[in-house]
Amino acid sequence: MKEPNDVILRTVSKVAVVIILTFAINLFISGHHQPGGGFIGGLAFVAAIVLLFLVYGIEKVRKNIPVDFKKVAGTGVLIAVFTGVGGMINGKPFLYQVFGHVNLPFFGETEMATAVLFDVGVALAVIGTSMTIIMSIGDDR
Amino acid sequence: MFSFHLAISLPLFYAILVPFLYKKFNQRIHTGWFILFVPLLVFGYLLSYIPSIAAGKTISLTLPWIPSYNINLTAYIDGLSLTFGLIITGIGFLVILYSIYYMSKKKEALHNFYIYMLLFMGAMLGLVFADNIFVLYVFWEITSISSFLLIAYWFEREQSRSGAQKSLLITIFGGLSMLAGFILLSLITGTYSIREMISNLGLIQAHPYFIPAMILILLGAFTKSAQFPFSIWLPDAMEAPTPISAYLHSATMVKAGIYLVARLTVIFGGVATWFWLVAGVGLITLLYGSFNAIRQTDLKALLAYSTISQLGLIMSLLGLGSAALHFGVANKEEVYALAIFAAIFHLVNHSTFKGCLFMVVGIIDHEIGTRDIRRLGGLMHFMPVSFLLALTGSFAMAGLPPFNGFLSKEMFFSTVWQAAQLPFFHMQTWGNILVAVAWLASTFTFVYCMIILFKTFTGKQKGPKLKKKAHEAPFGMLLSPLILAGLVILIFFFPNALSQYLLQPAWEAVLPTLAESASLQIEISPWHGVNPALLLTIGVVLGGTLLYKTLPKWRRIYRFYPQVLTLNNIYAAGLEKMEKYSLSITKRYMTAFVRDYLVYIFGFTILVVGGAALFLNGLSFDFSGDSAINLYELAFLIAMIICALIVLFAESRLTSIVAVGTLGFFVVFFFALFRAPDLALTQLVVETVTTVLFLLCIYHLPKFKKEISSVGFKAVNAVISVGIGLVVTMVALSANSNRLYESISHFYENANELAGANNIVNAILVDFRGFDTMLEILVLSMAGLGVYALIKLRLAGRNENEGTK
Repeated sequence: MKEPNDVILRTVSKVAVVIILTFAINLFISGHHQPGGGFIGGLAFVAAIVLLFLVYGIEKVRKNIPVDFKKVAGTGVLIAVFTGVGGMINGKPFLYQVFGHVNLPFFGETEMATAVLFDVGVALAVIGTSMTIIMSIGDDR
Repeated sequence: MFSFHLAISLPLFYAILVPFLYKKFNQRIHTGWFILFVPLLVFGYLLSYIPSIAAGKTISLTLPWIPSYNINLTAYIDGLSLTFGLIITGIGFLVILYSIYYMSKKKEALHNFYIYMLLFMGAMLGLVFADNIFVLYVFWEITSISSFLLIAYWFEREQSRSGAQKSLLITIFGGLSMLAGFILLSLITGTYSIREMISNLGLIQAHPYFIPAMILILLGAFTKSAQFPFSIWLPDAMEAPTPISAYLHSATMVKAGIYLVARLTVIFGGVATWFWLVAGVGLITLLYGSFNAIRQTDLKALLAYSTISQLGLIMSLLGLGSAALHFGVANKEEVYALAIFAAIFHLVNHSTFKGCLFMVVGIIDHEIGTRDIRRLGGLMHFMPVSFLLALTGSFAMAGLPPFNGFLSKEMFFSTVWQAAQLPFFHMQTWGNILVAVAWLASTFTFVYCMIILFKTFTGKQKGPKLKKKAHEAPFGMLLSPLILAGLVILIFFFPNALSQYLLQPAWEAVLPTLAESASLQIEISPWHGVNPALLLTIGVVLGGTLLYKTLPKWRRIYRFYPQVLTLNNIYAAGLEKMEKYSLSITKRYMTAFVRDYLVYIFGFTILVVGGAALFLNGLSFDFSGDSAINLYELAFLIAMIICALIVLFAESRLTSIVAVGTLGFFVVFFFALFRAPDLALTQLVVETVTTVLFLLCIYHLPKFKKEISSVGFKAVNAVISVGIGLVVTMVALSANSNRLYESISHFYENANELAGANNIVNAILVDFRGFDTMLEILVLSMAGLGVYALIKLRLAGRNENEGTK
């Protein structure tokens, strides 16, 4: 892929990527009660990185984000599976999710749910897989 | 309650740690040392169940897995499963100890070896303790797969790969038919639990599916336990490292079929079909295996055939013993039930003496560098301990005192003798043949046992031909076979201790109905006075010695049998033909043209979905509940139609990609209009990412040009595209108008109480349908890896081609 030499695009993306990433994380966290969740959050995260690809080229991004996304996908699936096993340890069926309210310092009354852990797995799997696909296709020359 | 499950799944969980241990310590410490304690711990834990099992209790522990489908991890502990569990962990411990000396820490990929081994051990434990038939099935297939991986352990060898493939094809074929049999059984009884099936005996035996289910399940058992004619995979499985052959392919995995038959005897036993199938196939296998063992020149192949024959012996005993459940037995149940006892007894004995023999052969292979009988001889002077071990093992197998094989062999003879007197099952005509087959097969067994011992250890030494100088193995390697050989002798002198604590409960577990009505008691003793069994043993020794002495004279008869008709050849020819025909069929429709594939997929959907909707009167439209269409929606609709038309008539690829993307974004608007923000967000992001993907690819695509094609080609395109559009629309409309099932929306209304989430879409994804999501991300990851592999492999291949040019 050719590297575009576009000053406006580069300048805008530098800011936009941060916003998209923040938005992605927000989407993920708010997923429990508002629209969002692991799948969407993960994909939005990917969208940010894809923007970087388009602007800076794959090689440069790969150098700056030295992550093996295949492993990210695998980790995600493992996390999801293990949160399922977690229920079994307490004698509950596989993938049984629990939640409770915990009074944390600083955050105050906060809801903690194992479903969020599961969602982390989903998000990682989505990010890992999409990035693997995009990088392999984009890299093919 | 939970600890038992944890104990038997310990090997599976521990396997996860193995790669890290290997990476960190293998330079200094053999990885096997870290594995060694796993089977030992489980063995010790299982031992703690002996007192309560020996007191006649059975224990059932349930851990819910998928309770909504009634699939639970129920561990059922009785004599039978405990006996197997102890064999699996006990022999497993010895084999791992042996493998530490056998497998070189420098040359071998030890982490793979031990992961497969632990995987197998965990699966095998799960198999014998599972009460749920589907859980049992899953573990059954995992044992097949780990066996496949272990046979192909030295995958750079051609024979290893083909042997692994053969074993996988045959055992998975059997496993699948067994699954079908299990499904039939669950259809009959409406339960997945073996315990509950046993309590519904009358229902099963009167059902028309009884015989089909029996045959299907027996196929599974016969393929796994290498019964004739499925036995051909076992000799090829000897390509695996010797510790594996000793463990999987003689002591444990091949006994899974035996376990299954024993476990289900109470359900199927007592009818003539079962009796003759199990006993008949067992006896044929016994004869076939022992006869073919004699001609082998490779010691491991010889042991493989001997395993086949011994498995046949155990199988036939189980078949003969099932006569005890026949209602016409009339007060003689105990006599026939003895066959079942003999089967379990011989199974334990076989694990000890065959494990010992395999390890000795491994030692010979390891220290001498060959296991070809023609190149061995006179090893007794160099390897006295190995000689003694081989002597113990082979004499036990031949059925001579003072080794444990003698006791169970005697029992085998006496039960065959008893069975020949059966007043039913057409035994009047077949009885004498039965005894003759038993005698003949045992004579052959005697002959090959002598071959193992004397051709290898006595006679002239053929030193110069050997690669390495002969010497005794290190002590660590001898330790495991020494323990086994010690057991072989101990069991002979104290059989009743073993019987009281393990065999007796196992016997009662196989025949639970009989154990209630009649008392199953047995006192094992080596001397019964002069009876048919003893006479048969003497006959075997005499006949065997004669045949062994005259072996060179009659060896020629093996050449008379045409090579073309051997089972191996039939298998190979069948495989080759199947590959050829399926390739030619596949080539007809796999045109490597995406448009054709789309025609198949969409055409099939139109025919099946559309056809079903039409013929089954599935279409019904009811618009009364729908809200009115407003102006926005109409506008979006028109815009979408325009986008779709632009795709069709676009002059450049970029235009059409942008148009497709726009179409997607309009769908987002629709979702937003219909108040589905989650869907809208998802669609938005997916659409963005796919459009970008398209743009990434566009660089690599060939030049865009108008397709000039025939009218027929275009007509098919038109019919398919209009058809699929119609079908999908109609399905969507009538799905909205029908209500086949009760609404489940109350789940979602109460999402906050049930899952603590206000966002019901998310609650569905991560909680209510969490299992779906888990499998989805699994599939997604596999697809991602698939894309990666396809592209990277293609690249690698292309570079190679360029390099060779």
